[in-house]
Amino acid sequence: MDPTALQAIAANNDWITIFPELLLGCVALVLLALEIVLPVKYHSYLPGVALFGVLAIIPSQLISLRPGFLLEGDTFNGLLHQSHEGQVMRVFFLITAALVCLLGTVSLAKQKMPHTEFHHIVLVVTAALMLLAQSNHFVMLFVALETVTIGFYILVSYFRTSRLSLEAGLKYLVLGALSSSILLFGIVLLYGVAGNLMLPGHTGSPLNFDELAGFLAANPHNFLAGVGIVLVLSGVAFKIGAFPFQIWVPDVYQGAPTPVTAFLAVGSKAAGFVILLILVRTFSAYAWLTLPILTLMAAATLLFGNFAALTQHNVKRLIGLSGVSHAGFLLLGVIAAATVPMAFGAVYFYLFAYLIASFAVFGVMAHVAGPNDADQEISHYAGLAKERPFLALVLAIGLGSLAGIPPLAGFMGKLFVFIGVFESGHYGLLAVAVVSVVISIYYYFTWIRAAFFETWTPPANAEAVSPRPALTPVTVPLGLMLGLLAACTVLLGFYQGPLGDWLAAR
Amino acid sequence: MSNLTFDPLLLAIAAPLALALAIALGLPKRWSVRLAYAGFGVPALLALYAWWTYGARPQAHGYALLASYSTGLDGLGIRLALGLNGISLPLFVLAGLVGLAAGLYAIQSGAERLKLYLMLLLVMQGGLMGVFASVDVFFFYFFHELALIPTFIMVGIWGGRDRSYAAMKLTIYLTLGAMLSLVGLIALYVKSGANSFDLITLREVIAARPLAETVQHNVFGLLMFGFGILVSLWPFHTWAPLGYGAAPSSAAMLHAGVLKKFGLYGLIQIALPLLPAGAAHWAQVLAVLAAVGNVLVVGLITMAQRDLKQVIGYSSVMHMGYAFLGVACFSVLGAGGVVLLMVAHGLSVALLFLLATSIHHRTHTFDLTQMGGLAQKTPVLAAFFVAGTFASIGLPGFANFWGELTIFVALWKFSPVLTVVAVAGVVISAIYGLRAAARVFFGPPTEAFGIVAAAHPPADLRWNEKLPALILLAALLFIGFWPQSLSAPLNATLSAVYAPPAAAAN
Repeated sequence: MDPTALQAIAANNDWITIFPELLLGCVALVLLALEIVLPVKYHSYLPGVALFGVLAIIPSQLISLRPGFLLEGDTFNGLLHQSHEGQVMRVFFLITAALVCLLGTVSLAKQKMPHTEFHHIVLVVTAALMLLAQSNHFVMLFVALETVTIGFYILVSYFRTSRLSLEAGLKYLVLGALSSSILLFGIVLLYGVAGNLMLPGHTGSPLNFDELAGFLAANPHNFLAGVGIVLVLSGVAFKIGAFPFQIWVPDVYQGAPTPVTAFLAVGSKAAGFVILLILVRTFSAYAWLTLPILTLMAAATLLFGNFAALTQHNVKRLIGLSGVSHAGFLLLGVIAAATVPMAFGAVYFYLFAYLIASFAVFGVMAHVAGPNDADQEISHYAGLAKERPFLALVLAIGLGSLAGIPPLAGFMGKLFVFIGVFESGHYGLLAVAVVSVVISIYYYFTWIRAAFFETWTPPANAEAVSPRPALTPVTVPLGLMLGLLAACTVLLGFYQGPLGDWLAAR
Repeated sequence: MSNLTFDPLLLAIAAPLALALAIALGLPKRWSVRLAYAGFGVPALLALYAWWTYGARPQAHGYALLASYSTGLDGLGIRLALGLNGISLPLFVLAGLVGLAAGLYAIQSGAERLKLYLMLLLVMQGGLMGVFASVDVFFFYFFHELALIPTFIMVGIWGGRDRSYAAMKLTIYLTLGAMLSLVGLIALYVKSGANSFDLITLREVIAARPLAETVQHNVFGLLMFGFGILVSLWPFHTWAPLGYGAAPSSAAMLHAGVLKKFGLYGLIQIALPLLPAGAAHWAQVLAVLAAVGNVLVVGLITMAQRDLKQVIGYSSVMHMGYAFLGVACFSVLGAGGVVLLMVAHGLSVALLFLLATSIHHRTHTFDLTQMGGLAQKTPVLAAFFVAGTFASIGLPGFANFWGELTIFVALWKFSPVLTVVAVAGVVISAIYGLRAAARVFFGPPTEAFGIVAAAHPPADLRWNEKLPALILLAALLFIGFWPQSLSAPLNATLSAVYAPPAAAAN
């Protein structure tokens, strides 16, 4: 390639557009450097550095949402596509990272595990998630997704002294590798078929989403392309934990350290849905294929998640399976978004409501958990309202929002999704969703009931039953975080303000 | 409209909610109680003020005091619109009065964790005022749920026998009902093409372009069963006696007295005028379910009860049967009768639940076979209870009489056979009502009661129990002797809303 062409390509590398990701990477590296340079007694400040780094980036990213600063269009020669939604999702992942770092300080302290590497990986994964939200090219998508997944391999098995954590790590590794290969196989098929010179609309850059969409529109019934699309969707379905690729969820969620479970449940799932929204748009010429698959998947995901969660006693498994059912609700939104533009906004609102409520619940879980992070039973929550009214209140608000009870944010999310689904005419799916909501009340309510209505009675023979771990005291930053999350959950239910305008305008 | 003008409706909703929040901030108990007095008093006074000035107020679109506020969802056609018409005015007053009585009764009850109890009641009160003041269908639903959540919690924490089971059953049943009606309301929103939840807009759009017949059938079916479950339509009524049996007195008063009327109110205000063909389609089914199920079967079940609270709980299910029959008539007369009956039943059932708890304080049991002869020791309590029973049966002089009479007259035109069944129901309710009163107050004291009375000599009603009972009884008598106070505005609104399209066009 001659130098002028390279220069032309490089000129499109608009580095300023990805400065938040670059900054995150820098902070992550600085953490490692500081750990070597600083004396051991100062190491306890390192999580603070990570948190401060993330919090400092959020305002700059928020500024880029202002009308005058809004970045839109393709950069890096079509690898990235900046859109309003993408910018909002970058904020979403930054908030997620900040919350995970905060949770990490609680959970890691009980484990005597190194802090710095944890935060380092969280920051790198976050940067990859943010790039994922803007990807416009399968190479970008795959590289970012693998960065995320490999980060999670380490994070899931981070408590290396816990057998369950290691088991979870191994399961995630094997199944994650499988799903990555399925995804890659699908990408390769699409690449091959879209680059085939014999076909109309063939393209020189078949991995670019825009080019691919053009090719698919020209060949709306190509068999190989169909297979490729199904495989790609399967790979993504693994990330969001949708049926039939949800089988890893309960074990991995239980074994993973609580902050990582939260990160998986919110960050990884949200990333999956952002990709899915992009891909469904790219594959819109194959809606005859994708929509029936997604519809079946959504119905099965909703029912499986809820029925499986009914029988759980371990709260981490329960929240994992309830997360599967939330993936089902989000899938409903994605399906509706194919025909009803308003449903795009519904999916984003649902994700935000889910983020806030989930972290409220995970925050409480981190405080109730004992030294054995995988052993968190519903019965441990008995009497929480008497001992720690604050934690119990936050838990009730978080679970209420997840269950979709008004006036909390989760209800508004469900309402918007339902309106979208109704407008798109999927009445059968709506019926499944309504049944799912009613079923889900049972297990969320069981948890709330344990915290509020039951009192803790120590078992008669202390040897037989594992004793309830002591509650961790709530530190000021964590208390602020939980209070803020609970307040936001209530506030977003009553008053959506600019967010409502934003989503109605989608 | 300006947000700064004095809006009694908004204030009636906001005052209890704000005061609940103030109590939550951790004031000393003495101050909390004072705030609670204000929180229950302000809505009641504002409701009476709204009723007193209703006739003289200018009306827009049939609503007095119409005002709307943005919550950030204008783009989706959701605005907090408040106003009163002739249908909502009586129920708004009912909510204010029963709320005041329940609040006063709760303050004197000396319940454990009194501050939390009062907070939850205040939230419920705010929600109730909102339900009947909302012109926006979305907020109508929203406020209902806001009032419903505290009910679950109160049953779970302060409930009596089987409280945990009762709270769970209540939650699941009512969530199912609420979800079905939500889907029905979304269907109205989408299918009408109005893309607005504003009832006035919906009415105008549907008047201009009525919905297709099959759509009306399906949507009315959803609303009928959704709202029906919330109002304990047979055979979906089993939550009601169980829930009321377990609920603490003030919660039972507010739920059975006011909140349950949400479903009937929704049918009369929303479903019947907007979906006349659907109503005609389902009228037979509804009438038979109500007459045979609610009135006859539940009436006979009530006769077999031995527990005072169960008698009242089942009787309230039975009286809802009359209301459903009135709805099934689908006439101005029938709907007017339902509204009158709703107000009357709300007052009388609240009075009976209040007195049942007062009786329990003196007899230490709800079992009718363990009581007797209480009238000699507590003549005032006996007088109140007998008056409440008379009202509940529907004797002339009490508000219930006018409600039932109007419904029977309307029902005769609809189906003479069902009228006979309904009138037979009055005999049944006279039997169990009078028998319960006789068992509690008259005849020789049973052996069991003799022991209790010897240990704790029963005292007559204290003034702080009398006052709330007096409020309810006075309102019952006031409406009984002067029904025009409610029926005049009611008639005006119903004639306008229920006018056949042809007459409206002329």
